[in-house]
Amino acid sequence: MPHPETWLKVMPDGLFCEPGGFYMDPLRPVARAIITHAHADHARPGHDAVLASPETLALMDVRMGEGRAGAVQQALRYGEAITIGEVRVWMQPAGHVLGSAQVAMEWRGSRAVVSGDYKRQPDPTCLPFVPIPCDVFVTEATFALPVFRHPPAEHEIAKLLDSVSLFPERTHVVGAYALGKAQRLIALLRQAGWDRPIYLHGAQIPLCTAYGRLGIPLGELLPATVAEKDKLKGAIVIAPPSAIADRWARRLAEPVVCNASGWMRVRQRARSKGVELPLVISDHCDWDELNQTLDEVAAPEVWVTHGREEALIHEAAKRGIRGRALRLVGYGDEQEDLPEAAKTEPTVA
Amino acid sequence: MIAFAELLERLVFTPGRLAKVALLRRYFATQPDPDRGFGLAALTGELAFQAAKPAMIRALVEERTDPVLFAMSRDYVGDLAETVALIWPAAPSNAGPPRMTEVVQTLISTPKSELPFVLTGWLDASDASVRYALIKLITGELRVGASARLAKVALAEVAEGRIAADEIEEVWHGLTPPYTPLFAWIGGSGPRPDPAGAPVFRSPMLAHPLEAPDIAALIPSAFRAEWKWDGIRVQLVATPLGRRIFSRGADDISGAFPEIVEAMAFHGVLDGELLVLRDGQVAPFADLQQRLNRKAPGAKAQRDYPVAVRLYDLLFDEAEDLRPLPFDTRRERLEAWYARHSPPRMDLSELIPFTTVDELSVIRDGTRAASIEGLMLKRGDSAYVPGRPKGQWWKWKRDPLTIDAVVMYAQRGHGKRSSYYSDYTFGLWREDGELVPVGKAYSGFTDAELVTLDRWIRNHTTNRFGPVREVEHGLVLEIAFDAAQRSNRHKSGVALRFPRVARVRMDKPAIEADQLDTLMRLIEPGAVQA
Repeated sequence: MPHPETWLKVMPDGLFCEPGGFYMDPLRPVARAIITHAHADHARPGHDAVLASPETLALMDVRMGEGRAGAVQQALRYGEAITIGEVRVWMQPAGHVLGSAQVAMEWRGSRAVVSGDYKRQPDPTCLPFVPIPCDVFVTEATFALPVFRHPPAEHEIAKLLDSVSLFPERTHVVGAYALGKAQRLIALLRQAGWDRPIYLHGAQIPLCTAYGRLGIPLGELLPATVAEKDKLKGAIVIAPPSAIADRWARRLAEPVVCNASGWMRVRQRARSKGVELPLVISDHCDWDELNQTLDEVAAPEVWVTHGREEALIHEAAKRGIRGRALRLVGYGDEQEDLPEAAKTEPTVA
Repeated sequence: MIAFAELLERLVFTPGRLAKVALLRRYFATQPDPDRGFGLAALTGELAFQAAKPAMIRALVEERTDPVLFAMSRDYVGDLAETVALIWPAAPSNAGPPRMTEVVQTLISTPKSELPFVLTGWLDASDASVRYALIKLITGELRVGASARLAKVALAEVAEGRIAADEIEEVWHGLTPPYTPLFAWIGGSGPRPDPAGAPVFRSPMLAHPLEAPDIAALIPSAFRAEWKWDGIRVQLVATPLGRRIFSRGADDISGAFPEIVEAMAFHGVLDGELLVLRDGQVAPFADLQQRLNRKAPGAKAQRDYPVAVRLYDLLFDEAEDLRPLPFDTRRERLEAWYARHSPPRMDLSELIPFTTVDELSVIRDGTRAASIEGLMLKRGDSAYVPGRPKGQWWKWKRDPLTIDAVVMYAQRGHGKRSSYYSDYTFGLWREDGELVPVGKAYSGFTDAELVTLDRWIRNHTTNRFGPVREVEHGLVLEIAFDAAQRSNRHKSGVALRFPRVARVRMDKPAIEADQLDTLMRLIEPGAVQA
């Protein structure tokens, strides 16, 4: 049985499956790409052939515009297997955002799983992560330090609603990435009984509309940019993290600046962003969930793409799991600092 | 402890004063006795127990965690208490987190040797937020950016207007944690706590700045004039139960000025200005700062920076409350009192004779001593009323000095100003053509000017360092300040007192801004600020 090292390779453009002739989440345009999910750092425009889940393809079209998300698109449903070159390929949910998938590959009896970004906390807007036993598990390590333990998201939503009741004259503006985080926040608010309209920054609207089309109901959503200041008193507004403490937020009524991110667990991070109410809501695994996942997939070897790989490899080694740092550059941590998040207005109608 | 930890968490991140008061009000209104009283004591720094050393906390966490992972985490998070709070491994049990009261009473009564055991049990039973509050409390590092005054304002709000914050102030220093009688009074279920001769603080009377329209309306014969000294306003309180020196904000600063406390061999309450005084000459404020920075000054500091109190007013003579009396009567009583006691390290603030406002104006313009900020004008018939009653007392500051300086860096403000670059570091030209920073200003401009300044900063940024932007040397601000003092701490060698933006000089080319030399010539002779 060939070791996955011999057929799954780190190239300048990303992780390359040689006997299948395809890249996963490549950083530059390539001939064949499999895309795990539609976040900007994983799904880039300009590939010739793109294979992804139907939801991911739809979200890529919204983000990039028709025709830019792969000249030829092929949708693959969770659990359906196909053969590419000599490799058997199938996908399972990663629990990260709508459409997010792990890519499982089998060649000559050896199996590797590229998980992309994933999380284990329940999320009303996407299917839960499914562990796939394998020989090599490729994981991210965004929050791979034992200081990162995400509280239940419901607890953080309760904190937000409590603050809204304490400051009914102010607008609560929550920084959340436009794909996945924003919709999860809205769905969690609805679950908690918040049935009033939720206001959106312009950059959040196209993807929320797309979620609705893909069967994720989000309730009444209104544009914040054109709303009267008085209407925004006591309202919840969702905006890109870059906009919450900047010029855009001046239109809001004495905003309480909130930010939903796993980084909010660290005070200095919250303070340096001028956040008044940090909400620890992440679309990545925390430390315990990463380690739980390594145990469940029971791979003897783990490759770490990006993040705090040293800590995760150290911890895995204690359980006899061999770790390898791939040090792939170009993948962000919760998308906060990526160019797309910095855009204040949508480029797609 | 959960409610206290949540309060702490929000206070730390909340910039606005009103929002802080709302958070405190809710805590006091919803928490039971005596938890809320101990919470109040923790916030106002009134809890007395021996603080644990950070080393003890570190030793505990090292027993529980992988040293490699702890080191990585510590590097990542920075703060030790926060790292420990976050990394502490959960140990599920039936015990809930401790109550505030349990924590405080245990800390007061537990011998130090048993503290690690007790703390471990608490940390096991708590979540990260409670763990953080516990560690900060135990190590005596609870700094939340909420002053004692803010807590009293919030307490007054709990009383729904029946009791003013100043009234709470007047009983405060006679009370001890957990302040059960105070909460009963505020809640309407108990009488006003009687300080019963305890040395308590009385809210001071303050002055309004005198503006041009007020000057015209001023009737000279109704007012008395005194120098406005550049020290710190203090209240001396001596009763049979003790002696205290309070700052204007009700902080007990007795420990920093033992020689004054020693001189308070009387019973009464006096209002005055604390100054560094050498042979009757008032030293610049920078000298006083040398004393303010020390909690317990050594013999050398007491010798090098000798302090004295210049007395303005007599509020209580023995137990007699003089505050309802007119200023003129209180002044007579003050002079008689001073003649009777002649306490060391104290003198009387002199009354400046005048007959017309023009005459006063000349006197004011003629003063250039760094230690005088201007004049105080007090109505002869004014009772001593807490706060800032209209038309009773005026402060008439001398005209500020000004320089034209070039903006070098800008930083975002806080709270409402967090989307604006509103803090400006400005510099002056040195002979060799280099621009040297001389100070920082974040007030004095209008809202409209702030919008213009913010836009200019964003459009002329050359470099970013976190929240700070470096900008082109192209924007001139006219900076007003009260005094220039020599300083070893600043690269320029000069420090400004109260710098603020007087005018935005969009019209002026940067190259025509002032030279550093021009500012150096404005430095008044006096001590060097370290």
